[in-house]
Amino acid sequence: MQRRSLLAGSAGLLSVPFIAPSARAQTGAGGRTEIQFWYGLAGALGERVAEQAQRFNESQDRYRVVATFRGSYPEVMSGAIAAWRAGTAPHIAQVFEVGTATMMGAGPAIRPVYELLGEAGIELDPQRYLAGVRGYYSDTQGRMISMPHNSSSAVMWLNLDAFERAGLSTTDLPKTWAEVRAAAQAIRARNAAEMAMTTAWPTWVMYEQMSSIHDVALASPANGFQGLDARMNLADPIFLKQTEMLLEMQRAGHFTYGGRDGGGGAAFPAGQAAISFNSSAGRAAVQREARFRWASVVLPHHADITTSPKNGVIGGASLWALTSRNRTAAEYRGVAEFYRFISDVEQDKWWHQVTGYVPLTLAAYEASKAEGFYERNPGADAAITQLSRAEPTPNSQGFRLGGFVEIRNIIQEELERGFQNQQNAQTALANANRRADVVLRNFERANRR
Amino acid sequence: MRRKVIFGNKLLPYLLLAPQLIVTAIFFFWPAAEAIRYSFLRQDAFGISVMFVGLENFQDLFADERYLQVVWNTIWFSFWVTVLSMGVALLLAVLADRHIRGRDTYRTLLIWPYAIAPAIAAVLYIFLFHPSLGLLGRALNGFGVPWDYRLNGDQAMLVVILAAAWKQVSYNFLFFLAGLQSIPKSVLEAAAIDGASPSRRFWTVIFPLLSPTTFFLLVINITSAVFDTFGIIDALTGGGPGNATQTMIYRAYVDGRVNLDLGSSAAQSVVLMIAVMALTLVQFRFIERRVHY
Repeated sequence: MQRRSLLAGSAGLLSVPFIAPSARAQTGAGGRTEIQFWYGLAGALGERVAEQAQRFNESQDRYRVVATFRGSYPEVMSGAIAAWRAGTAPHIAQVFEVGTATMMGAGPAIRPVYELLGEAGIELDPQRYLAGVRGYYSDTQGRMISMPHNSSSAVMWLNLDAFERAGLSTTDLPKTWAEVRAAAQAIRARNAAEMAMTTAWPTWVMYEQMSSIHDVALASPANGFQGLDARMNLADPIFLKQTEMLLEMQRAGHFTYGGRDGGGGAAFPAGQAAISFNSSAGRAAVQREARFRWASVVLPHHADITTSPKNGVIGGASLWALTSRNRTAAEYRGVAEFYRFISDVEQDKWWHQVTGYVPLTLAAYEASKAEGFYERNPGADAAITQLSRAEPTPNSQGFRLGGFVEIRNIIQEELERGFQNQQNAQTALANANRRADVVLRNFERANRR
Repeated sequence: MRRKVIFGNKLLPYLLLAPQLIVTAIFFFWPAAEAIRYSFLRQDAFGISVMFVGLENFQDLFADERYLQVVWNTIWFSFWVTVLSMGVALLLAVLADRHIRGRDTYRTLLIWPYAIAPAIAAVLYIFLFHPSLGLLGRALNGFGVPWDYRLNGDQAMLVVILAAAWKQVSYNFLFFLAGLQSIPKSVLEAAAIDGASPSRRFWTVIFPLLSPTTFFLLVINITSAVFDTFGIIDALTGGGPGNATQTMIYRAYVDGRVNLDLGSSAAQSVVLMIAVMALTLVQFRFIERRVHY
């Protein structure tokens, strides 16, 4: 009994990747080439992905995209990697933005977008895509490596009923952190909501977005875009200011920590939190659940640090074409055709409007605007405004950091220790900086060739 | 006259054993060997560049003060889960062994939690202890107790211990009940006639006679607390806040599957293997001696 538990427990873990189910391509019924597509969106958004594949299948008769839900983003990524190691990788894997550096470092395992399109003779001008989206998924020469798919940005969600109860304006909404703090204080003072302020995705909103908006590198140089040697830059005053603000607000009862990752997201649609920060893709949930008047606006900035905030960064995922033994040219061609299809203005516009993700292409944005979509859905363009309000600088084009998932967790962990009064803002940042640097160095060692 | 039961064919026994041997080799020995091999390598997620690094993965692991914290978490967690789940189960078993009305109903109800998936158990505890969704969590905050297990490491540990122990009580209850029922009535009656009080009867007669069951459960509970509580921790706290509820198996999962650092994850698996071997050895060498069969 003991022996069995011992082996099953300790070694079973490693055996998992080797038994990933096969995703080998076959030529399906009717002579169509099958393209396996693994995605990681659950619920309503997952249904939209399935619908997207179906629309493609109905649009032509040579390829069939088989879209399969494979669990959360990290599960899709580790599952696809394990499948690649076993020689059974799907043709397309949806990988979240923090996995970008790992995927880019995977040379022979991936097929860059520009190569795929080139081989298929399909011309897609990179300039068609939104700058903030394109930059994140391109190499240093500006060539697209992965295909933008579902991109969002973080926006500020405000409960206007709570604002009214607190005697705050519901038209002149906060734009700077000073104004947000004042609003939170008023909400607390009048007890206008259970929580004055909370946030989902603490690292993404409070550190990554703030780094980009204030044009300060999270890791220098250039957030890892120039190579594997980037070092964390959490000692910068902007991060100290941000962390101290959160800790002070939490102690004063003006900020409630809602947990890691998406954990803090539920409090806003439920009407518990007056101010919240979450992905713009949370719009569908808010629309469905909120029983109060609300607004979504661009993220606040620190007015004493910058008066002209830069673009925010995206979140979400992109599509990666994976290689495999015996993969035929027709299969790669099918992937390229699928890429072309989802970049089509009509398809992109549909995707943007039904999901709440930002459009991939400028043309779809213009088309939506011309249709009056944003007049009917005020605030739906907050994320687009935020992504495109400035020309991206090396500090605001995105992040290409190895082990970024781990780095995010490290920042969350150290922040949590700060919230527990175990350390002050400065120590939290110093610890996070040191630990994250170790992750970067290990990644550098493992990926230097 | 005794007839010898020996197979004439030398091959047949091996043939009959083969299925079990093959399963053991493929699912237990091969992964274990792979884990040991991986623990000496450092590689990228895709395994494109693989480097032999000797014992570096282990050195890094033990130089990391957070890993030592995780080891301590595991000991603390397993200790309390075992003590709580066995203590409560024994109490319940003794009570359910009496002649009371509806005894069978009680027994059946007590077995239910074992059939609940860990993730569901975790959700139940979220609905109890979540500071803004949970019944108890809200009540505690209402009474002015600052309760938020998402931010307070000690509270988080308490919640995962309670959830894991609760889950394990049924199993222990079943075995204790069976153990109690196998104690001959005559022994207890003899003790009663000699004038032993109920508590004295319990500690000097029942408890020693239960010792094989207790020992078996101790081994099972410690192993299950160390290895089998992943689901509850993942769904309840995800190892947080900080690393407050991260156990060794959870950390091995996070490093391997989420952070894609296979070298470190493999090294941690090897550490776990050694730990369990040591634990089992200790249990059988030192504790089993005191068990009356």
